[in-house]
Amino acid sequence: MLLVLVASIFGSIGAAFLKYGAQELHRGWLHLFNWRLAAGVSLFLISSYFFVLGLRPPGELSVLYPMVAVSYIWTLLWSRIFFKEPFTRQKMIGLLLIVAGVCCVGAGSR
Amino acid sequence: MSATIADSPRASDRPARRQPVALVFCCTILGAGAQVLMKTGANQIAHPGLLGMIANLPLMGGYCLYGISTVLLVIALKDGELSLLYPVIALTYVWVTVLSFLIFHDQINRWKLFGIALIVSGVGVLGKGGRR
Repeated sequence: MLLVLVASIFGSIGAAFLKYGAQELHRGWLHLFNWRLAAGVSLFLISSYFFVLGLRPPGELSVLYPMVAVSYIWTLLWSRIFFKEPFTRQKMIGLLLIVAGVCCVGAGSR
Repeated sequence: MSATIADSPRASDRPARRQPVALVFCCTILGAGAQVLMKTGANQIAHPGLLGMIANLPLMGGYCLYGISTVLLVIALKDGELSLLYPVIALTYVWVTVLSFLIFHDQINRWKLFGIALIVSGVGVLGKGGRR
């Protein structure tokens, strides 16, 4: 459980780095290979490693799915802090529905 | 692709507003395809170990799809907001649930259906051209 929480945090930071690196693309397509994107992809790989570790018995997919949804909440936080993206009611409602939905899919995977 | 065409009248007044969401939409389909290929590959691994994995075509195909999907995500993030686009990736769960029912005959139940409905409506809310 803790492992998957760690995985969700790594994943969300990875997403933040992807966004950070994606902004480089405004300078041209050759900038697709920059260290920020590389860092983002690496963080995703680290995240999936922790996720797989968390999946080993007695880890259950039904419990772990909701933890992945938590990474969307982290991402909202990083977007606000690092990219000054505003919290809006639209995002809150959408996120809430999605997190609840992922939890339900998890509950159905028992 | 049809989504992009349908969006074009709106896109004129707010450029690059809905297009990123359509891109992430494609991402989730590719991501789901990747997971199905990986599952197919994992089911038929003959020799465990690195060599067995590399020789495994479906598994490698899955990784390639993941790569393409990541590139698409980055292109979408170039113009879109991270906080808006990242949760849309949850659509992957929807495709994977449907595909694993169709291909692997995994069972589908009320919880999964309800979850899918919630995710789709959540993505609908996020995708509806943002009012700030």
